[in-house]
Amino acid sequence: MGKEKLVVVGNGMAPGRALEKLFELAPDAYDVTIFNAEPRVNYDRIMLSPVLSGEKTFEEIVIHGDGWYVKHDVTLYKGHKVVEIDRNARTVTSAEGVTAAYDKLIIATGSMPIVIPVPGHDLAGVLTYRDLDDVHAMLLAAKRGGRAVVIGGGLLGLEAAAGLREQGMDVTVLHLMPTLMERQLDPAAGHLLQKAVEARGIRVITRANTKAIAGSDIRLGPARVTAVELEDGTTLAADIVVMAVGIRPNAGLAKAAGLEVKRGVVVDETMRTCDPAIFALGECAEAEGQVFGLVAPLYEMANVVAAQLAGENGAEFRGSATATKLKVTGINLFSAGDFADAKDREEIVLRDAARNVYKRLVLKDDKLIGAVLFGDTGDGAWFFDHIRRGTDIAALRETLIFGPAFAGGANADPTAAVAALPDDAEICGCNGVCKGRITGAIETLGLKTLDDVRAHTKASASCGSCTGLVELLLKSKHGDAYNPAAVQPMCPCTDHGHDDVRRYIVAKGVKSIPALMQALEWKTSSGCAKCRPALNYYLLATWPGEYVDDNQSRYINERVHANIQKDGTFSVVPRMWGGMTSASELRAIADVVDKFKIPSVKVTGGQRIDMLGVRKQDLPAVWADLNKAGMVSGAAYAKGLRTVKTCVGTDWCRFGTQDSTGLGIKIEKFMWGSWTPAKVKMAVSGCPRNCAEATCKDVGVICVESGYDIHFAGAAGLDIKGTEVLGHVSTEAETIEVIAALVQLYREQGRYLERIYKWAKRVGIDTIRAQVLDDVERRRVLYDRFVHSQKFTQIDPWAERAAGKDAHEFRPLADLARAEAAE
Amino acid sequence: MTMMDTAWIDIGELDDIPREGARIVRTAAGCLAVFRTADDAIFAIDDKCPHKGGPLSEGIVHGHSVTCPLHNWVISLDTGKAQGADVGATRSHRIKVEAGRILLDAEALLPADDA
Ligand code: SRM
Ligand SMILES: Cc1cc2nc3c(=O)[nH]c(=O)nc-3n(C[C@H](O)[C@H](O)[C@H](O)COP(=O)(O)OP(=O)(O)OC[C@H]3O[C@@H](n4cnc5c(N)ncnc54)[C@H](O)[C@@H]3O)c2cc1C
Ligand code: SF4
Ligand code: FES
Repeated sequence: MGKEKLVVVGNGMAPGRALEKLFELAPDAYDVTIFNAEPRVNYDRIMLSPVLSGEKTFEEIVIHGDGWYVKHDVTLYKGHKVVEIDRNARTVTSAEGVTAAYDKLIIATGSMPIVIPVPGHDLAGVLTYRDLDDVHAMLLAAKRGGRAVVIGGGLLGLEAAAGLREQGMDVTVLHLMPTLMERQLDPAAGHLLQKAVEARGIRVITRANTKAIAGSDIRLGPARVTAVELEDGTTLAADIVVMAVGIRPNAGLAKAAGLEVKRGVVVDETMRTCDPAIFALGECAEAEGQVFGLVAPLYEMANVVAAQLAGENGAEFRGSATATKLKVTGINLFSAGDFADAKDREEIVLRDAARNVYKRLVLKDDKLIGAVLFGDTGDGAWFFDHIRRGTDIAALRETLIFGPAFAGGANADPTAAVAALPDDAEICGCNGVCKGRITGAIETLGLKTLDDVRAHTKASASCGSCTGLVELLLKSKHGDAYNPAAVQPMCPCTDHGHDDVRRYIVAKGVKSIPALMQALEWKTSSGCAKCRPALNYYLLATWPGEYVDDNQSRYINERVHANIQKDGTFSVVPRMWGGMTSASELRAIADVVDKFKIPSVKVTGGQRIDMLGVRKQDLPAVWADLNKAGMVSGAAYAKGLRTVKTCVGTDWCRFGTQDSTGLGIKIEKFMWGSWTPAKVKMAVSGCPRNCAEATCKDVGVICVESGYDIHFAGAAGLDIKGTEVLGHVSTEAETIEVIAALVQLYREQGRYLERIYKWAKRVGIDTIRAQVLDDVERRRVLYDRFVHSQKFTQIDPWAERAAGKDAHEFRPLADLARAEAAE
Repeated sequence: MTMMDTAWIDIGELDDIPREGARIVRTAAGCLAVFRTADDAIFAIDDKCPHKGGPLSEGIVHGHSVTCPLHNWVISLDTGKAQGADVGATRSHRIKVEAGRILLDAEALLPADDA
């Protein structure tokens, strides 16, 4: 018997999920053909924003790679838009002229972004935000820098704005309503959101009614957008405009085929249209008078379609409550259910001004019906579960807002709270994975790590905001055997992890390596090349001015303050503050190169000069000469402050907004000499064009008209990662204070050799921001500790050695070369 | 060869080398690395890592081992052999401390091939 033919129009997230389910339930039932107007495989549309912001690549958000289609014998026509459905002949035909016959058809054409028909809406440079092509168009525009105006302050608009800002554009969001995301947030949370959005340097104008979009003079070439005009007369210059004002179900094809269409393609509870051979699925479908724009309900639809196709006639779709999260790194926001004010409703509100936390629960008849969380969204899943379930919360009322940790009284154990969730509680909203599926997989497949769970269940594999919950589930199964934070011992000399050792040093006031090894029962007599430098750093960072540095526990480069080369010679890199140099410095370098016959002179990637191939015994004399010209060690060898790159800024550049060179020099002069867990590189750019490449550094500053955007946690070595925005400040002094506080926190928490971006990932961007930016007192305390420790480190190591310190390092113990020749 | 044949060369004072440190001795056949461990034991090996010739005298000394600064091979000071999974050995020489002076076996001055 031949297989039935299943044709799918549209290859978005909903049919992707339906086919996955179908292949599980009835692997051999259908011959599947997919037509997709987009020229690509199925990808995670909700993750486009991280692609736009640069946090992910397209490859990382692909759901089904080409191999998947091969494996399941699916024919995928990429870039084929279906233009006709012939219901009598049971065929579909694409614009490219391919016709395919079906026994069963799924229409899953998604939605189209709404474009408001103001004059100028069709100019070049006016974009929407729906697919990868839109992201590419935005990235291309962002490369040129300039100004972006985003029309629409909803989920998509804000994610687009954040991404474009992250890409260095000057961004304004226009929103028609008085507060942002008013459909998901109450005004109080909308207001906090606006503050958080503005804190990343994005301008927000509410009650903004767009009147027209102005374009360039067509006599100068194809007209491009130049400005947005508002009803009240305001004009905003714009190099691109992104319209993100809403979506409309894409139902034209179905309508033309004579299917019933209201807002979307009308389906019954089995997801069938009025033609029983045709299903509609996803955002284009209208079920029980509702259309949906979030994946969770679409995945439920997908399950129903798959079950129906597999012959399970009982499967039915019932629209369900949805929850929203904003996927902008650093802004935590969650809303679910219905939270409008009404007479029969009560609310419970919790505010924590210091932490910028706002939580509001809406109750009706002892049931939770809505929740809005800003700042701290950890309990979102738990509240959402109560909403969906309609639990009677009378008994929990008193402590409800504090979340599951306090539910029912004294129990403050998060593992227990997660363990108490019912099996069908949804853990991963993106992929619609419930608790039972995760715990089931952990048990039956013996999963032990987060990556295992991601691979087998997809939970936490998309936006990652449920990672904490998944880890708690792992923990509740494996107990202390699962402890993601502390599993790694420092090295084979000990069972203790880095954090344990650091805590111990502080708690017990330990001040030497041997004492520490004794107390913590090191398994070797004197450690190894891995743990000794780490311990030395921890002691040094904990007890500035008290601990005596153990030179023998330092890697050779730090021991002799130069970089060892493969032939045993060394390289010498003097500081050039902020990348500035002078004729006299260059002359001194030239003289040293001649005098000591240094074979190579190179400009480094860090805006300074490297002399390579210096013989070890010459080092002190080389340094003495460089010192004479006012140069000190550039610490190119140090787990410490390396370079502060700058651009020319207001000194010369026509775009410079602040004195980036001067600020870079100030930072470098203030922070040089400090030891850190791993190297620290910084940069200051004079405007968002970012010529100093500040957005891939450990710490970067982007100067803007209104002050300074401080960035951190970038990487551009073994890993490539754009920075996170720490926040905006308005003066140089504040910039320096925040950066010093940040570096001090890192000095105190970072594990040895852990770069800032890894530390930040481990402890959380928000926790860091709260301490070094928001909490002004805490910031000051950290800053003071940094300043204190600097007293003991801002001594040029080269000058000390040129004056005779550690002379044994630079001279042989004995020279027997001649002695032997004489014998 | 018997002990009697050994010619000892005085190359310096024990305290010229820091604990858990090393100094080099230059010879016509190349450099030797002389190590002093935390327990004041003293060792001499060629200053040449069996891997790619890295200067072992620049490494971090721990126990009776040194970690090469170039690619982290760990070399035993007792035997000159690479530890763990790595295979290779560097020449080791007889050396001792008497009355605070370091004495090196003169054979260490011979080129590697003749040893
Ligand atoms: C000299 C220089 C290359 C050049 O000729 O331009 C250089 C040379 C070395 N780099 Fe680098 N890096 C140099 C800029 C960079 C940059 C670019 C920058 O600083 O803007 C990066 C990417 C940014 C970053 O740091 O992430 C860079 C990422 C690395 C990495 C990867 C670090 C990581 O965590 O991903 C290493 C390996 C390591 O540190 O473990 C490394 C290690 C090294 C070492 C120390 C390798 C070694 O262990 O011997 C090289 C020492 C050469 C020497 O003796 O001077 N170098 N290195 C640059 C010196 C900059 C300076 O003025 O201080
Ligand atoms: C930037 C962004 C962020 C989002 N964030 C979230 C979020 O955080 N949480 C959440 O739940 N949801 C989010 N969404 C919404 C979510 O992505 C959608 O609800 C979901 O992808 C819709 O899936 P779908 O399969 O119905 O349609 P789509 O994924 O839109 O797929 C429809 C496909 O059909 C193709 N097509 C259309 N017409 C034809 C035709 N005639 N012939 C052939 N092919 C055709 C289209 O090209 C498209 O590829 C976001 C959406 C965007 C754009
Ligand atoms: S990239 Fe850096 S570490 Fe690699 S060879 Fe070049 S200088 Fe050395
Ligand atoms: S040269 Fe010593 S480890 Fe490579």
